[in-house]
Amino acid sequence: MIDIEQQLREAALDLPADAPPVAERADEEGLLDVAYSSVDSPLGPLVVAATPQGLVRVSYSEFRGEDEVLEELARRVSPRVLEAPARLDGVRRELDEYFEGRRHDFDIPIDWSYLAGFTREVLRATAAIPFGDVSTYAGVAEAAGSPRAVRAAGNALGANPMPVVVPCHRVLRTGGKLGGYTGGLERKEFLLRLEGMLL
Amino acid sequence: MSVNLPPFQALLDAHRTDVYRFLVATAGPSEADDAFQETWIAALRAYPGLRRADNLRAWLFKIAQNKSIDAHRARGRRAVPVAAVPEGASPPASAEGEDPELWARVRELPAKQRTAVFCRTVLGMPYGELALLLESSEDAARRNVHEGLKRLREELTND
Repeated sequence: MIDIEQQLREAALDLPADAPPVAERADEEGLLDVAYSSVDSPLGPLVVAATPQGLVRVSYSEFRGEDEVLEELARRVSPRVLEAPARLDGVRRELDEYFEGRRHDFDIPIDWSYLAGFTREVLRATAAIPFGDVSTYAGVAEAAGSPRAVRAAGNALGANPMPVVVPCHRVLRTGGKLGGYTGGLERKEFLLRLEGMLL
Repeated sequence: MSVNLPPFQALLDAHRTDVYRFLVATAGPSEADDAFQETWIAALRAYPGLRRADNLRAWLFKIAQNKSIDAHRARGRRAVPVAAVPEGASPPASAEGEDPELWARVRELPAKQRTAVFCRTVLGMPYGELALLLESSEDAARRNVHEGLKRLREELTND
């Protein structure tokens, strides 16, 4: 008696596994709502993600697992999340140039539409702090239109979904103390040193 | 109402190889690549509208089955008799692995039996999930597996 089930199972192991890619076609069809990729940096690997409108996420992979970041994007932006390194070539190139000291300002578009209210105002004010300069929590609160909301400004910065590109590392405590940093204080120090603001 | 759908990439990572093998087995190696892309594009298109996040595999294979059936029809329409393989010629390095003959026989089964046999035997899919995929009762799913296997067994025994 032939064990047909066993025969099928064994034959299936020989079937090809090299399936064609999906992301490129998804992009052509306008279905790639969130493209993401891993990018190497001196601060460890980053996950970067963009919508067709612009950057929505930069995350330190050693600080927060990639799965968690992707789940958050699926919830917050769209579940159509696919790995598509080619869609992030521009982001990768600008980050490389920045970390090599050859770039001071990011030109890549940012998609602000998934940020709302005061958080968005604070992060936009932060994005306006130039390379080689710093501000304070009180300073960005004021720039965001609510000078007394210093603590809320701190919370908004702590929830910055695009560190490095939206330079929340340039926001310090009044009096010059570093304050906090999502991703760890040593990363904030590294970035400020890179920008010549810390010896 | 909102469901927490996993990022689509997680679905792709979990099922890409199984879906591809399913399509090679049931639609044929020359149709598999197109059917595979069609499957995932259709899934991606419908994905944000899903109301439930359980049974995603059954949902996905239902789409794959439809694309496999489409590929069958398309091939049927342009069916051309294939020239006999010259005596002694070794078959081309097969895109179907070691046993193209077996998969050719699977492709001769009715659509539901093809799906049932592959999903049950190769993927070990529970009958409840298979019933969802086939949009049938569990009993009917069981029968499709049974009938398909029986026919394959008979054909191979008669050879």
